[in-house]
Amino acid sequence: MKAVTRRAALVALGLAMLGAAGGAGAQSPQGEPLKIGFSMALTGGLAANGKAALIAMQIWESDVNAKGGLLGRPVKLVYYDDQSNGASIPGIYTKLLDVDKVDFVVSGYSTAAIVPAMPIVIQRKMVFLGLMGTSVNAHFNYDRYFSMIPLGDGGALQLSKGFVEVAKTIQPEPKRIAVVALDAEFSKAAADGIKQNLKGTGIKVVYDRTYPPSTVDFLPLVRAIQASKPDLVFLASYPVDSAGLIRAIRQTKLSASMVGGVMIGPQIGGFKQQNGSALNNLVTWDIFAPEATMKFPGVDAFLDKYRPIAAKQGVDPLGFYVPPMAYAMMEVLGQAIEAAAKPDQALVAEQLRNGTFQTIAGEIKFAANGEWAEPRSLLVQYRGIDDSGLDQFKQAGKQVILYPEKYKSGDLAVPFQ
Amino acid sequence: MDIELLVNTLVSGLLLGGFYALATVGLTLAFGVLDVVNIAHPAFMVLGAMVAMLCATAAGLDPVLVGVLLLPAFFALGYGFYGVYFRFFEKRGDAAIQGLAFFFAVMFVIEVSMSMALGPEQRQIETPYSWTTWQIGMVEVPLRMLVPFCLGMAVLVALSRWLRSTFIGRTVSAVGQDQQALRFVGVDPVRVKRIAFGIAIAAACLAGSGLLLVQPVDPWSGHTYIGRVFSICILGGLASLRGTWLAALIFGVLENFTSTYVGPAWSLAVAFGLLLLTLLVRPQGLFAR
Repeated sequence: MKAVTRRAALVALGLAMLGAAGGAGAQSPQGEPLKIGFSMALTGGLAANGKAALIAMQIWESDVNAKGGLLGRPVKLVYYDDQSNGASIPGIYTKLLDVDKVDFVVSGYSTAAIVPAMPIVIQRKMVFLGLMGTSVNAHFNYDRYFSMIPLGDGGALQLSKGFVEVAKTIQPEPKRIAVVALDAEFSKAAADGIKQNLKGTGIKVVYDRTYPPSTVDFLPLVRAIQASKPDLVFLASYPVDSAGLIRAIRQTKLSASMVGGVMIGPQIGGFKQQNGSALNNLVTWDIFAPEATMKFPGVDAFLDKYRPIAAKQGVDPLGFYVPPMAYAMMEVLGQAIEAAAKPDQALVAEQLRNGTFQTIAGEIKFAANGEWAEPRSLLVQYRGIDDSGLDQFKQAGKQVILYPEKYKSGDLAVPFQ
Repeated sequence: MDIELLVNTLVSGLLLGGFYALATVGLTLAFGVLDVVNIAHPAFMVLGAMVAMLCATAAGLDPVLVGVLLLPAFFALGYGFYGVYFRFFEKRGDAAIQGLAFFFAVMFVIEVSMSMALGPEQRQIETPYSWTTWQIGMVEVPLRMLVPFCLGMAVLVALSRWLRSTFIGRTVSAVGQDQQALRFVGVDPVRVKRIAFGIAIAAACLAGSGLLLVQPVDPWSGHTYIGRVFSICILGGLASLRGTWLAALIFGVLENFTSTYVGPAWSLAVAFGLLLLTLLVRPQGLFAR
C-alpha cells in the first residue's frame, strides 16, 4: 500500500473542503425528475397564504436542485390551483397521482386543503405532509400523515394554552372572560379549546358567542363584550374579522387585563403594516417571531430570498408565518427521502416516524399520530409598535414571546387599553 | 336595560345601513329598473375599491375623493359593458339564464384579474379619520362608518332628483316599464339603458371607495355583499330608491340589534328572515308602488 504523502493529503483536504463549500452544487442532478405534487390556493380566500407557501416551496426546489437534487435526481414541483375550494382537491390529487405520476405528495395550505385530499392519499398509501392543518389526523388516524403545524398532541387545545397559562400569572387574578369566535372550524376549535383549558382556573366565561364569516360591522359585538365586563377577552378570528375587531376594539376603547387570542391576521406582514400601533398590547397565537430565542439556522437566509419575490407578487412581505413552515415541510420530506435512500413510500414514512429533522423552523420530530412531538404554540404580545411601516417588525422586541417558557422573551404587559 | 348600549346599537345599525344603501343603489338601477341580474355588482364595487386605493395611495388623496374622480371612468366602463351585454344576450332574447351566467363569469374574471394584477393580499387604506370617533353625548360615531353613510345619502338624493327632474332621468325610469313608448317619443331605449348601467357601475365605484373605509378589501370581498345587496334591493321594492334607502337602514339596524342582544351568529339569519317574511306577505317588496 502506497504511503500517503503530506502534499497528497493537503490536496485531498483542499478538494474535500472545496466539495463541502461548493458542494454537491457542482454536481448537477441527473435523470428523471423526482416529482412532488400538491394543490395550492393560488386564487380564492386562502390565496394570500397559499401563494406565500408556494414561493417558499419554489425556493426550496431551487435550493435543493442547486445542491444536487434528491437521490441525485432533480426535483420538480407539480402543482395546481385549488381555488381555495375543497371540492376541487380530490380531482387534483387524482390527476397528480394518475396522470402526472408524481413520486410524493404534500398538502396545500390549511385544514381545508388537507382534509379533502386525505381519502385519496390514504387509498394510495402515500406519505402525506399537511401544511398548517389542525388535528386532521384525529379523524383519519393515518400512519403516513405528518403535520406541519407546531400544535403537538394537544391539537386545538394548544392554540389557547399559552393564553390561559399567561392569564394565570396576571395580578389581580382575572375572574371573567369573554370568548368570541368566527363560525368556522379552526376558530370554533380554538374557542372550544380555551373553555377546556379554563377548567379549574376559576375564570368564568361571561360572554360566549360566534359570529358569521360575512360580518361587516364589529362594533355591536365589541360593545356587547364590553357590557359583559370581562377581565380577559379571547378572540378567534380570520384576517378580515381580525382587522374589523381591532378597529372596533380601539373605537370603543375596550379595556381588559388581556385581549387577543387565536387571531389570524396579525401574523401576516401586510396586516401588521396596515394596523400598526393599533396592535399594541394585543396578544396573539403565533408560530414564529423574530426574537433571539427563535433564531433558527437558515431562517434569515431564507427570508432574504423570499422577501423580494413576495414583494413582486404582492403577498406577505415579511414572511414570518406560513413561508418558513412551508419551506421546512419540504426540508423534512427531502431529508426523509435522502435517509430512505430510495423514493419508497413505506421507507420514507418510516424515516419520518423515527427521524429528527433540522429545518429553518427549528428541530422537528413527529409523535406517533403525526403531530409534532414537542408543541411550539407561541403567545406573543405586540409592543412599542408605531405607524412607521413594516421594517420595525423585523426587529426583536416588537413581538414579545410570552409562552412557552423555552422561547419566552418577555413578560405580559397589562392592562390592554 | 343599558340605554347607552341601546342607542349606540341603533346608531351603528343606521350607519351600517347607510353603507348598505350605497352598495345597493347601483343594483337598484341595474336589477330593479333595467331588469339586469348583475350578480357581478359587488365585484365591480371591489374593483372600484382597488382602483381607488391604488390611485389614492399613489396621489396621496382621500379615497372618497378619488372615488368621485373615478366616476366618469366607471361610467364609461358600464356604458360600454352594457353594449356588449345587449348585443350578445338581450338582443338575442337570452337575457335571463344566459345573462345570469354571463354576470357570474364577469364576477370571476374581475376577481381573478384583480388577484393576478395586485396579488391576493387584503388591502386597507388609512385616512386621517379612519380611527376617529366622535363622541356626541352617550353616542359614539366612528367616522369610518359616518363617511360611507353620508356618501350613500348623497348618492341617493342626487340620483332621485336626477331621475325625477331631468328628461334623461325620466327616460331611465320609463325604460324598464315600456321601451316601445320611449321609441315613440324618439328616444333610443338601448342608449338609455347604457346610460343607466353606466351610472350603476359608477355608483358601484363610489361604494367601493366607501368600502375601503369600512373594512380591508381583497379580490373576493364582494362575496360578502351579494346576498345583502340583492335582498335590500328586493326588500325595497326593486325600482324604488327611497325603498332601497329604507330597506338598507332596516337591514343594518336589524343586523346590529340581533348581533348585540341575541348574538352575532343570528344577525344575518334574522335579516334574511325578514326578507322571506316580506316576500310572503308583500312579494313586491316593502316600498314598491
